[in-house]
Amino acid sequence: MRGSACSSAWFSGIDMNIIVCIKQVPETTEVRINPETNTLMREGVKSIINPFDMYAIEEGVRLKEKVGGKVTVLTMGPPQAEAALKEAISLGADEAVLLSDRAFAGSDTWATSYTLAAGVRKLKEYDLIICGKQASDGDTAQVGPGIATHLDIPQVTYVKKIEEVKDKTIRVERMTEEGYEVIESSLPLLITVVKEINTPRMPSLRGLMRSKQAKITVLGVKDLDVEATHLGLCGSPTQVAKIFTPPARPEGEKIEGTAEEIAVKLAEILKREK
Amino acid sequence: MPIQIIVEKCTGCTLCLKACPFDAIRMMDKKAVINYDKCTLCGACVPACKFKAILLQKEVCPVKVDFKDYKGVWVFAEQKKGKVQPIAFELLGKARELAADLGTEVSAVLLGNRLEEEIQELIWRGADKVYVAERLELANYQDEPYTNVIVELINKYKPEAFLCGATSIGRSLISRIAIKIKAGLTADCTELAVDREKKILLQTRPAFGGNIMATIVCPNYRPQMATVRHKVFPEAISDMKRKGKVIRENFDGAILNSRTRLLDIIDEIESTVNIADADIIVAGGRGMKAPENFKLLEELAKALGGAVGASRAAVDSGWMPYSHQVGQTGKTVCPKVYIACGISGQIQHLVGMQSSGTIIAINSDSFAPIFKVANYGIVGDALEILPLLTKKLKEVLKR
Amino acid sequence: MDYLFTEEQKMIRDLCRQIAREKIAPIAAEYDRSEKFPHEAIKIIADSDLFAIFVPVEYGGTGGGVLDLSIATEELSRACGGIAVCYAASALGTFPIVLFGNDQQKKKYLPDLAKGKTIAAFGVTEPEAGSDASAIKTTAEKKGDYYILNGTKHFIDNGGEAGIYTIIAMSDRNKGARGASAFIVEKGTPGFTFGKKEDKLGIRASVTSELIFSDCKIPKENLIAKEGMGFIVTMKTFDMSRPGVAAQALGIAQGALDVAVKYARERRQFGKSIASFQGIQWMLADMATKIEASRSLIYSCAKMIDSGNTNVAKESAMAKLFASDTAMQVSTDAVQILGGYGYMRDYPAEKYMRDAKITQIYEGTNQIQRNIIALQLIREAAK
Repeated sequence: MRGSACSSAWFSGIDMNIIVCIKQVPETTEVRINPETNTLMREGVKSIINPFDMYAIEEGVRLKEKVGGKVTVLTMGPPQAEAALKEAISLGADEAVLLSDRAFAGSDTWATSYTLAAGVRKLKEYDLIICGKQASDGDTAQVGPGIATHLDIPQVTYVKKIEEVKDKTIRVERMTEEGYEVIESSLPLLITVVKEINTPRMPSLRGLMRSKQAKITVLGVKDLDVEATHLGLCGSPTQVAKIFTPPARPEGEKIEGTAEEIAVKLAEILKREK
Repeated sequence: MPIQIIVEKCTGCTLCLKACPFDAIRMMDKKAVINYDKCTLCGACVPACKFKAILLQKEVCPVKVDFKDYKGVWVFAEQKKGKVQPIAFELLGKARELAADLGTEVSAVLLGNRLEEEIQELIWRGADKVYVAERLELANYQDEPYTNVIVELINKYKPEAFLCGATSIGRSLISRIAIKIKAGLTADCTELAVDREKKILLQTRPAFGGNIMATIVCPNYRPQMATVRHKVFPEAISDMKRKGKVIRENFDGAILNSRTRLLDIIDEIESTVNIADADIIVAGGRGMKAPENFKLLEELAKALGGAVGASRAAVDSGWMPYSHQVGQTGKTVCPKVYIACGISGQIQHLVGMQSSGTIIAINSDSFAPIFKVANYGIVGDALEILPLLTKKLKEVLKR
Repeated sequence: MDYLFTEEQKMIRDLCRQIAREKIAPIAAEYDRSEKFPHEAIKIIADSDLFAIFVPVEYGGTGGGVLDLSIATEELSRACGGIAVCYAASALGTFPIVLFGNDQQKKKYLPDLAKGKTIAAFGVTEPEAGSDASAIKTTAEKKGDYYILNGTKHFIDNGGEAGIYTIIAMSDRNKGARGASAFIVEKGTPGFTFGKKEDKLGIRASVTSELIFSDCKIPKENLIAKEGMGFIVTMKTFDMSRPGVAAQALGIAQGALDVAVKYARERRQFGKSIASFQGIQWMLADMATKIEASRSLIYSCAKMIDSGNTNVAKESAMAKLFASDTAMQVSTDAVQILGGYGYMRDYPAEKYMRDAKITQIYEGTNQIQRNIIALQLIREAAK
């Protein structure tokens, strides 16, 4: 039936429960390296919503607008991650949950997805979980699939389009290196989305007013059904053994002269390096 | 908390403040104080402290497991449409080095349908053993059956390390496997080595957009899992004299079930210019001034047999399609030669190309950060130099 | 300077600044060149509820005041005076309905305008009636349940793009200015067409057109207030909107200063950044001071209106006069600081200068503003 006229049979009134998982990250556009000390200069570095999660929020809100339902944003982080959740509300999310506890500190992707999955279970009803394809500070792309696995639900990563949603199924396009795949799945499902999927909206004045008054649910260890051995640093199989600044590249060679002379020199270099 | 400042040793030098990526350290009465609400225990401050005044307890919950049974380095042999992808050969090359240091052997894991010739190729490229699962249900990648099958294999044969490509398939698959078997997983390693004393894998990856490097270890769990991006390591050379063992495993029933169903695979023509595969990339940024000037890049790329890349600024201006974008929100590339024309070199761009072999930068602003990573820097107008360069190059190549 | 904004005003400022920076600045030069109507940007502004600011809460707005609207207009103008005027002109076309419309008219038109589903325009000016509004020749003849409109309006911002037009026409030619009435005309009404689209010096992203009425029949329910109130509707609307025009000028001036400061810091001559030269520093200091003075005047005037004061003709004329003269000076100086680059279309300075000029002309030329101020001064002295 693909490609036929009925292929975009959007069902309104499904009332989906959509969960969007987000992360607060340092704005890397602001992160600079001090050339003398070779250390991070993070003066004035703002915390923002992971850029890829902005597409996840937008897709959740668009889906809700189309088929009805509710969007809940979920994050794990320190108390100040509330700001990210409030921003998500200003962009159209309905409710927000923050998982915050010192016991969560030091979580790697295993423990993070374990904790977020416990948060999702706490919300009980859900049809679709949306995550950004990866976080800009870690770039691991592991937490989305991790949550799905902990919850024992299917996943589709790198989704670039939601083609259709029906009562209990969904059809999406998954981006690959060569093109894309069309995948159908039962619900509940977890998807991670790429930036091709939409253009995130700007916040709205009413959304900002709503977010200002929004009450964020904060859950800690005792609120979740979790085992301490799976949390935080303890629950994380990976350990950071060493952190170092990458060796600076050797000073480059400056090529000077007239445009003609430069072109001649470059042509020789290219011939050699090619 | 597992991290502490040893007050007696702290001299108040503030080095740790500068090292903390999360702004979680403050000075109070001339001593460093950690704000535990912000600290993520990343450990960046520990080596920054010259006085060893920061203590990060790593072994907070010792798990003593006997890993004697876990042996061998495994490589996931990703295949598409029945063809093993080059990433598998790149991983095999690295796996051989690691296996040599660990005193163990290399195995490839191949899932699919009708893969006879591919099995042989994996052996030639360095696999001592190839674990093969062939079923119609496994012909194309699907998260759930692939995960289930590999989890079974890992539980049965117990490898000590498992390497996988950081591809759209690999990243989805290995994340699920790592959760299921509770194993540590390190993404996008740029270097893999063996700690000869402890016999564990040292996995090094960039963090914070490449600003710092982190070496990750996973001493208490097996297998130690890592993904590596395409083109980070060279392909293993095929040696047709190599011999290896093929171990076929049969799977049936629920293990092959999938709640997702692959309906269609669509290849787009655009992917013929896959910049991630190109050996030479000629890239342009805002300094190219107008979309029509990208022709100059195309001409040079054509003369060199390379592809055209673009900075985010150029893509956002609509001068080039997104598939050409290099950088954090685009593709990570690692060509032999990267020529950056009119690209200032914002950190997001540098992250996506700084591991290229030779970097040539042409920019009119002598202070542009791109020159910091360039092997050859030209302060000048790319629009003027490019046509001349293409002309000269054609002459030089003809000789 | 801290103007002690309310939480909501800070939200408006930050939101508009974000939209200006992320969505308008990157496309400003393109729309300036192509003179296409910026539908995309208008949709973003609409989806962000900014058209709701100037509509009362009971009709689907957020019920913001003149200060709120001034803040929004200033921030949007900072990125592009042309796109900002599409927004401000819709406010101008909406004000007559907000101020003088009856409940039925408000219910019918305001909710869609608040959502930005459609935008509004205000039609007073005619080829022979500019500053002299009593010279209006467009007529509205009552016939049974309808008015028949005939005539031509020109230089109408949002003309052709707006869905709702507030039109001033003479319902009784014998009474001069007192014979003017205000009407709501919907786009698509038979007999209502659009003429020439103007090719302008600046604010080129906005559309400025002729409106042509030939036996255009509109229901009598579309009369705003009463017959003969047209001139009062116009004057009261301009009193409300004048701080908005001033805010537009302020935004343009601020945008030009931003460009000049950035360039002065980056540009190196004689081995130093030109920002280190006192000649440049003094120019920048004068520009910034005049801008801050404009801002103070505009915000004070807007607060005066918001507090319910209706006797604001002098103050709003002062704000418009001072801010628009400042915008012209500051944007000219910005071009000067950028030197040769300032004169080139590839650099943003000259656009601010072109955009600034209109603020000295429309909604009452600065000469007319001086008349208003002087007249008021003399009246006060005579009391």
